[in-house]
Amino acid sequence: MLSAVIFSAAVLPPLVGNYWSQVLGDIGIYMMLGIGLNVVVGFAGLLDLGYVAFFGIGAYGYALMASPQFGMHVPFWLMLPVCVALAAAGGALLGVPVLRLRGDYLAIVTLGFGEIIRVILNNLDPLTNGPRGLLRIDPPFLGATPINNPQRWYYLILAGVLLAAFTADRLNNSRIGRAWIAMREDQDAAAVMGIDILKYKLLAFTIGASFAGAGGAIFAARQGAIFPENFSLMVSINVLCLIIIGGMGSIPGVILGAIVLIGLPEVLRGTEQYRMLSFGALLVIMMIFRPSGLLPASRRRPAAAAPREPE
Amino acid sequence: MEAFFSAAILCDQLINGLTIGGIYALIALGYTLVYGILFMINFAHGEIFMFGSFAGYAALTFLLQYGFTEQRPLASILAAFLAAMVVSALLGTILERIAYRPLRRASRLAPLISAIGASIFLQNVMLIIIKGRMQVYPDLLHETFFEIGWFNISNFQIMIILGSFFLMAGLYIFIQRTRTGRAMRAVAEDRSAAALMGIDVNRIIMITFVIGSALAAAAGVMVGMYYTQINHMMGFIPGIKAFTAAVLGGIGNVPGAMLGGLFLGLAEAFGVLFMPAQYKDVIAFALLVLVLIFRPRGILGEVVSEKV
Repeated sequence: MLSAVIFSAAVLPPLVGNYWSQVLGDIGIYMMLGIGLNVVVGFAGLLDLGYVAFFGIGAYGYALMASPQFGMHVPFWLMLPVCVALAAAGGALLGVPVLRLRGDYLAIVTLGFGEIIRVILNNLDPLTNGPRGLLRIDPPFLGATPINNPQRWYYLILAGVLLAAFTADRLNNSRIGRAWIAMREDQDAAAVMGIDILKYKLLAFTIGASFAGAGGAIFAARQGAIFPENFSLMVSINVLCLIIIGGMGSIPGVILGAIVLIGLPEVLRGTEQYRMLSFGALLVIMMIFRPSGLLPASRRRPAAAAPREPE
Repeated sequence: MEAFFSAAILCDQLINGLTIGGIYALIALGYTLVYGILFMINFAHGEIFMFGSFAGYAALTFLLQYGFTEQRPLASILAAFLAAMVVSALLGTILERIAYRPLRRASRLAPLISAIGASIFLQNVMLIIIKGRMQVYPDLLHETFFEIGWFNISNFQIMIILGSFFLMAGLYIFIQRTRTGRAMRAVAEDRSAAALMGIDVNRIIMITFVIGSALAAAAGVMVGMYYTQINHMMGFIPGIKAFTAAVLGGIGNVPGAMLGGLFLGLAEAFGVLFMPAQYKDVIAFALLVLVLIFRPRGILGEVVSEKV
């Protein structure tokens, strides 16, 4: 089943042409982001609304080192781990002050962090070139072949998604993953059982952010030009929506959610001005009829699925 | 060491801060009232504010066509506020009925996503109505400045500061002194116990949405008259700022939202004296992070022991 899905994904681009390969690439990047945020929200149960910040750190990290901005042209494959590390450091940086916060307080502080990063990108002209963005970013090379068309990108992103999904799946079934789930289900009980809550929260933030760092580097290299507006709150919201639509904590759910959420507006494109309108309405309808998502996680329900009660 | 800023500048920023703070506080009240009862972030609240602003705009434009605004400017402004508050209250009620009520027993995140969906939907409804063009509020009051000592205050600012304080005082008295207000507090405290005492919980939740939405609509008309230009995205940033203000004050806490709004407005107004204006939004969030590190439940938030 799994190999059939991977196989059909692999033969898709020649069949659907450049435009849809491009769209599928977009979907793939969102899958990577979704898999990463799912670590934070789905596994560890921490509501993070500022995830786009790490995406931005990864993207600007690569773009600054591989564009005419500073005349530096570090190869993509060298920068990729650096971007992952930068985003992870950003995750830790955000994690430390907010670890003691719970629930909606955490949500709004992370949201604020995302906005701060965007405002800084917008205004730190000497470094980021402000709203004019960074242009002519180098594409990655595989041997001597530049990855510079939608079909080549599709395969690179597909590989990225597979790697991300594999990593997240292994994490979920590891000692760390079980600790996260215990923490998500009942933080106090988990602490009593000897789980170091602060350590595992920090770990969730750091690991979750590193996925976005990789996604950001890929995004920058693929677009060739990035602007602060690419990193608005809407990205965080889209990623969160796709996790919830797919089913919290479930990796196949995240993948399906990305296809539905990012692909659907493309399919609705025929209706042009009613596109976003119907998209908003569909989100509401979806929550009313399938609040736990299309493919909910098979392991226990996430804590966020528990009925709301005052903390 | 010489003084950095003259007293006149400080007084100007005090007035600016109170004006913006009053607006933030009015919007923040809607977040906090709903959160206090349903424990959900009403993400579409900024859009209710936006619809209120447009309803006030429609009312003023209508009155302007019939020359009514010339004869009775103050009555026209009152009519605009009333129209905005009625439209937004209706919208809030419909929103609660369709998008939130079916999800009351669902997971924590489902209503949040539903609210985000409703927010995108409402933005695009307005985008289609106004055909993507920015609208300009009719200028009725003709901005004039008064000098009172060091203070230099415009008639708009007087209207906003007095109006928001009047509405806040009204709300506080309503919640503290009336039967319905007492019922609201009871539902916020313990929904099932309140239901057992014979309170119609659905009705109270509806009233909460009506009040919160009407306050946001009043803020919407104030913003429209003060900044003159309005568009379909205008609810987004004030919505986030007001939510920040509600969290600053301690979410679910009514005086906290008022205090948080004024605090945020003043902090932004005085903050721009020390750093470039583009970083204004950073001030709000940096402040939020700082406050929450030292008081994780906001300025007036109560310390509630966790349920085990």
